[in-house]
Parts: sequence; C-alpha cells; structure tokens
Amino acid sequence: MLNSFRQRFRNWAFRRTVETGTVILNQRRIYILPTRRGVGFACVLILMLLGDINYNLSLGYAFTFLLATSGGLSMLYTFRNMAALEIHAGPVTPVFAEEDVCFVFYFDNPGKLERYQLHLHDDAGHLNVFDLPARQVTAVMLPLPAIQRGWLDSGRLTLHTEFPLGLFHAWTYLHFDVCGLVYPKPAAPRPLPAASSQNGGGGVISAGDEDFSGLRDYAPGDALPRIAWKTLARAQGLQVKQFTAEQGSELWLDASALNETLEHKLEILTRWVLDADAQGLHYGLRLAGQDIPPQHGAAHRADCLRALALYGMNEK
Amino acid sequence: MKLSAPLIYGLIISILLVSAPHAGHLPLWVSGTGVLLLAWRVYLTRNSQRLPPRWLLVGVTLACVGGIALSFHAVFGREVGVALLVLLSALKMLELRTTRDASVLIYLACFITITHFLYSQSLATGLFMLLALTAIMTTWIHLHTGTLGLKPRLRIATMLLMQAIPLTLLIFVLFPRVSGPLWGLPQDAYASSGLSDTMSPGSMSKLTLSDAVAFRVTFKDAVPLRPQMYWRGPVLWDFDGRTWTRGRSPLLAAPAQLEYSGLAVDYTVTLEAHNKSWLFALDMPISLSIPYVRLADFQLLNKAPVNSRLRYEATSGTNYRSSRNEPQQQLQRALALPAGFNPRALQLAADWRRQASSDEQLINTALDYFSRNGFEYTLEPPPLGRDTVDDFLFTTRQGFCEYYASSFVFLMRAAGIPARVVTGYQGGEYNDLGGYYILRQSDAHAWTEVWLKERGWVRYDPTAAIAPGRIQNGLSNALADNAALPFLTRTRWPLLLSLRDNIDALTNQWNQWVLGYDNERQFALLTRLGMQDITWQKLALYLLAGASLLLALFALFFLRRLQPPLPDPVQTLYLRFCKRLARAGITRAAHEGPLDFAARAAALRPQHAAAINDITTRYLALRYRGQQDRALLQAFRHAVRSFKL
Repeated sequence: MLNSFRQRFRNWAFRRTVETGTVILNQRRIYILPTRRGVGFACVLILMLLGDINYNLSLGYAFTFLLATSGGLSMLYTFRNMAALEIHAGPVTPVFAEEDVCFVFYFDNPGKLERYQLHLHDDAGHLNVFDLPARQVTAVMLPLPAIQRGWLDSGRLTLHTEFPLGLFHAWTYLHFDVCGLVYPKPAAPRPLPAASSQNGGGGVISAGDEDFSGLRDYAPGDALPRIAWKTLARAQGLQVKQFTAEQGSELWLDASALNETLEHKLEILTRWVLDADAQGLHYGLRLAGQDIPPQHGAAHRADCLRALALYGMNEK
Repeated sequence: MKLSAPLIYGLIISILLVSAPHAGHLPLWVSGTGVLLLAWRVYLTRNSQRLPPRWLLVGVTLACVGGIALSFHAVFGREVGVALLVLLSALKMLELRTTRDASVLIYLACFITITHFLYSQSLATGLFMLLALTAIMTTWIHLHTGTLGLKPRLRIATMLLMQAIPLTLLIFVLFPRVSGPLWGLPQDAYASSGLSDTMSPGSMSKLTLSDAVAFRVTFKDAVPLRPQMYWRGPVLWDFDGRTWTRGRSPLLAAPAQLEYSGLAVDYTVTLEAHNKSWLFALDMPISLSIPYVRLADFQLLNKAPVNSRLRYEATSGTNYRSSRNEPQQQLQRALALPAGFNPRALQLAADWRRQASSDEQLINTALDYFSRNGFEYTLEPPPLGRDTVDDFLFTTRQGFCEYYASSFVFLMRAAGIPARVVTGYQGGEYNDLGGYYILRQSDAHAWTEVWLKERGWVRYDPTAAIAPGRIQNGLSNALADNAALPFLTRTRWPLLLSLRDNIDALTNQWNQWVLGYDNERQFALLTRLGMQDITWQKLALYLLAGASLLLALFALFFLRRLQPPLPDPVQTLYLRFCKRLARAGITRAAHEGPLDFAARAAALRPQHAAAINDITTRYLALRYRGQQDRALLQAFRHAVRSFKL
C-alpha cells in the first residue's frame, strides 16, 4: 500500500520520459536531499553548539562552524560528483531467457574532475558501483536478469552518489530507449526433424550427422551430444563437433508439427535452430503466419531467433 | 558492506589523535584502558579475527562506567563526561561492523575535538585539533570513496576544510553570542589558578613559581612609574598567628572615601579567568567600566566569579588620600592580634612605641630594622614554628614578601597603629610588540597599608626596604641567580626574551580576537564596521545574505572545473576558418580531412585558392608536425583573421 503510494508519488514528482540519444546531467535533472546520516550530523552539531554556548568556548564555536560549513559545502561536492556527465546507452547483445541482459551505458566525463562512487541501480536493487576518471568515456555495465522472451526494458534506472561525506544523497533517473532482446530458453536437446531435399523428391536424408567436418568452440545452447568430450579430456576446452550436411538437403523447422504449448514449442524450435546452425544445415523456420526460407549463417540464425523471441508480441 | 582494514586503522588513528591530549588530565587507568581497547581492535583486524561477543562488550562497558563513577565520585561533570566519551569511543571500535557504526565513531571523534577547549583554547591546541580534524575528514571520505588512496583523500579533506574557512569566519563574526551558561555548570568547569584571599608563609612564593599570565594591561596615555604599579587585589584583615584572611565579620558598609590629586590613569585590563570574583586595579581604583562592587577597603569585586577572560576599562588615581574618616570599629579590627603568639615581637613593638615620638617615626624604625639586621629576600625560606613572626624576625631572617608584610603589620598593630595586608601584583613586564604590560603569577606580591590620622591609609612595602630591586626592576633582579624561578623569568638571553615577547603578542591577539570574542566585542566590531542598532534579527539577516553571497561566489569557481577544457588555440583558429567557409556555403563534411577539404574549397573558389592552401598548410604544420612556435602561431592567427570571402 505504502509502496504503491510512494511509487505513484515518484511518478508524479519526477519526469518519466524515456530518453533517446545522450543525456547531460544538469541541475534540472539532479535531485539532492540530506541523508539520515546528514540529519544525525546536524544533531551532533547542535549538541556541540549548545556545549560551546554553555561553556563559552570561542574556539569551540569556530570548530563547530568549521564542521557545519564543511558539511554544507559537501553538498556542492555531492552535486559536482554527478553534474555535467554525458551518458548514452550502448547496444545490447541478445541473450536467452534466464540469462542476464548486460546493459551498457557510456559515461563521458569531459571535465578535469574524477568522479567517485557512483551507484547505478534499478528498482529491484541490481547495482553497479563505479568511479569515472577525468576526460574519459567509461563503459558501465548493468546486468539485469531476463525472465521471459521478448524485449527486456531496462526500466527507469537510478544513478546516485553520496560522495564525499555521505551527508547528502544526490540522484537522477535514467530511462533510455534501449531494450535487450531475449530469445526463448532452449529446450532440452532432442533430435532434429527429418529434412527434405530441395527439389521436393522426398528422399530422406538423415541430417548429415556422419560427415564430421571439424571442431569449434562451445556456444550456449549447443546440444550436449555434440560436445567433443575427448578434446575436453585433453584439456583443450569445451568444443563442439561440427558436421556438414549434404548439399541440397533442406530442413524445415515447423511449429505446427509440434503438439505442445506455445512457449514450449518456441523453446523446442530455439533448440533446433541452434542445433541446425551448429551442424551447418540449411534450415527454414515456419511459424504461424511467418515463414523464414531455408538459409544458413549467423545472420539467418539471428533472424530465426528474433522471430522466435518476438513471436506473438508487438514488434517494437 | 564490510569495512576494510585501512578504514579501521584510519578510525583508530582519528580516535587516538583526538583522545591523546586528554591523557594529561584523565586518570591513568582511563588512558590505559583506552589504549588497550584500541590495541585489541588492531590485533583483531591484523589477524582478521571476529569481534568480541556482545555480552563481553556489555560487561567491559559496565566495568568502565563503574570505574569512572568510583574514581570520580560523580556521574556528572566535565571530567566524567570526557572520560566517558573517550572510553565509549574506544569501546565502539570493538563493535565496529557497518558503515553506520563508522559514521557514529566519526561523529564521536568530532565531538571530542571540542571537549579539549574546556581545558585549553591556546593557539597550539587549536592547531593540533585542526590536524586531528583533517585526519577525521580523511577517514570520513574513505567511507564514501571505496578504494581511493590516502593521498587523494587527504587532498579532498584538506580542500574541503580550507574552502570552508571563509564561511566559517563569517559565521564566527556574525553568529549572535549568548552570554552566560545555559544550565548550571558543574563545580569543576573551570581551571583555577592565581591569587587567593588568604596568605600564610609560603603561599606567595609558591605562586611565584608559575609563569602563567594573570592579566594584561594597556595604558591609554600616561603610564605610571614602575614603583607605583601596585595592582590591588584582596585586602586581608584578620590574623590567626599563621594565616591572614579577609575575616568572617563583614566590612562595615561605610563607603570608600577617596581624594586624589594629579592626573588619573586610564587603562584597560584583560583579566585571565581565575575562578574568584575579585578584580585587579591600580592603587587606588576610581571607577571601572563594568558593573562591580568597591568595598570599604578598596577591594574590587565582580558580580560573579571570573570564569572566563574578562576585559574592563579602569581609572585610578596614584596620588591619593583614602578613608581619612575610617570608622572606629574598623580601626579596632585593624589593631586586633591573636592572643598568646609572638611575645618577642610584641615586646619589640612596645619598645619602639616608647621611644618613638610619632607614628611616622615608628614606621621608619621598623623599616630600618628590616634593612639593617641582615634580612634576606629569598624564594626558599626555612620553615617557621608556631610563633611565625618571632621566628622570622629573630631566628631565620629569610623570607619572601608575605613574611615581611605579615611581620610588619603584626609589629604595627602591636605598636598601636592600625594596619592591614594588601595582596595583588606588583610591576609588570612591557611587551614592545603589543604595547601592553603583562602581569604574571610570578609578579604576585603582598604589601601593607597603615592608617595615619591625617593621611588615611598609606601604603608601605617592607619588601622594598630590604630588596628595592624587586620593586624597581622585578623579581628576577631581586633574587640570586640560582633561585627556582621560571626559566624564562630569569633568563637574560635577548633572543629568547624577544621570542617570548613575540609569542606573547601573538597569544594576546589570539586571546583578544578569537577567545575573547564575546557579545561586547562583537557589538564593538560590528559598530565599527558601520552597522547600527544591532539585534539578533539583523545579525541573522546579515549572516544569511553574507553566506548566500559567499556560497554563490564559491559555487561559481567550484563548478567551473566541470567544463571540458578549451581546445588548443590552433584548433580554435582552424574551426573559425571552417566556419567562415561554411557561411559561404562550403561546409566541411565529417569524413573530410583538411587537405581534401582545402582541395574542394579551392576548386569551388579559385580566387581564394592561395589563401585557403596557405592556411591549411600552416594548420597542418602547427597541429600535426608538432611545430610549437609562437611566431608561427602568430602568423597562422593573422592568416585566419585576414581571410575573407
């Protein structure tokens, strides 16, 4: 109840626009308030002042004022620690569901000042703490968990700092128009469906499993049976066996051929796309209302996975 | 967040720095316990061991509080508070787990800094505490900068403190001062040293061992001669055979009567706190600028004990007759002697009385007696027995001023002349730099006053009879060289003396402007600056306005460093050249290098081709061939400026 009220207040009080391009942090974007620690320090100062008045300590006055002024000036330090930063979002590499989407933000610090202990976090508390050297662009990562397929919005992120004394909390909200593409999670390995020859002759060719063509490094989603255990035993790292399919054979990965729930269908198709790509097959993807003709290569694989990720969703 | 070991060491150093100077006035066990607790923490941190369990800490805390209650016999008061703060901060170190605990410790350390000023507000203490504050700030910043090194942190801390100074000064000057304590102070709130209102053999010479300043005097114009500089303090009437006191019977309420002739002397006294209510003024005080009470024997009293430095202006007449009509009852008091003491002195006085034709003659006889019979002026006289006056007059014949004053008054009273002892300070040391006189505890002195019918109370100083140098030139000239005087009082090394004068002048300025800055000084300063009708509302307004102005100015400079640095002049000039071409419709594309651009521009504007190529060649030479030459740059600037399409 209280939380939802707080959320509504924040939505009302602070801008909720989504940023495109580069954001420059100026005084209109930076909010600043004393922290609980700052209020505590003010109480200590009042106690000190009472002591000074009571015992008539002139030097005590001077020190109390010095501490109070330093504390007050630290607000400017806190503000300056964030001000005039230029921030833009970088491209996001697609991931499979249940992995982390790594959002990248480029922080340009054009001035002569180093910035200390900036905290970038989302509302769920995923946090990255970093320093920014002067006159440099720094890439800052914020991994957020991808729970389901589709586009993952970073949501409104908060950038805050309490440098140097922790008496003041300066913060700003960042909401860039970047989204991470999340592919469906690959299902457990299962054999590929039968391929058909290109000319439609109906000749059944088992998917060129026999023609071993070499090894390549393991990539997430590769089928377990294709892992080259022998090379792993020889301490050559995790590698996957590659096979060439016979030229002319053609594989259709068809959603309608599967008798499963939609999400599970997509997961199985994802698995097949990965396997078929790993084997270098020509494969096409057939979803209801969407056909991707047989092809092969990295771009084709990305197209297929993207179609699977966004199937049934509003394309953004 | 787990606290890193360097942060913990920083906190330990901060606590040590702010607590160490307290070791001088805390019981040994408190300092010892504090050091042990900190050492324990260092040990635990070094070996990455776990902190002690809560029950153990509670036990240690209770033991510490109990120990303090036992050793101070109190649970309130300055000393108790300081001891508790120091021990609690050390104990908190053992409970230091989160950043929140660290913040609490830092606040504690900040608070402990000002407790030192209860004991000393000297320049040295202030500087040391500033150092401690820098250490605290450095550690504090560590809490919020993660792994930042010591040097940059120290730089940030120093910068922050230095930038805070102008505003601090403004607030210090304008913050309304409240006079008087807000609540009743504990008895031990102020240190006490200086003259007391009793005098017994040895009490003055003990005081003389102290080099501490009693008060400072600035004369307005006329400076009296040194032999006239008797700074009057408590007047003592009653004698019990050993000790002189002011006596229990209150003085008669008769007003002090004073006739003076000649010029009055105007001067300002800055009196150090001595926790007693008496004030000091030149014989004889006429008036004071602060509220005061002048008793019938010309002793001046403040309304309350002087427990902070006090400034007042005073006027005195050095050529005077006082209380010629002293009431009979008062004169009787000035003749009283304890029964059964000092028979030989009584006898001597009776003999003199018989021989003398007048009081004046008798007094001269007595002074002659002191100067002729081998009396010695010394700080270390032999001890006296029950009949102090007899022992001194006939046996030891060695004594300090209180011995002479005491026996002189005794003899006078025995001879039937009313007499009393006056204590105070005599002389003064001139400080060339500050233009003022310093009276130290070592200038404490006791002399006598005798009542004569026509002249009233007349000052006689028996010390002058045997050691005229004491009155003429000060104590160090009157004593043998090996006397146990403060080193600086007896040195004759000019460099050392001038150093002392310098330091004292600085201390005096410090006292006047920093420590003595009270509501009166504030009022005087602000009036001199042209403010009228000063009320606290006005002060608050000025404070607000001044602070805003200072902050705005500061922010202007402070935030300038955020801007990216300007590009170098060569680049600026070239960009101006490109802008001129752009205005003519020839815009340099993002992918276009200077040479390509020059070729294109020259083709489009053949009549300017020479100028374009010239500027481009110069630009390339300056920017890419590293030719850093002022003349070349100047030529390039000229070429760009004169380029017109």
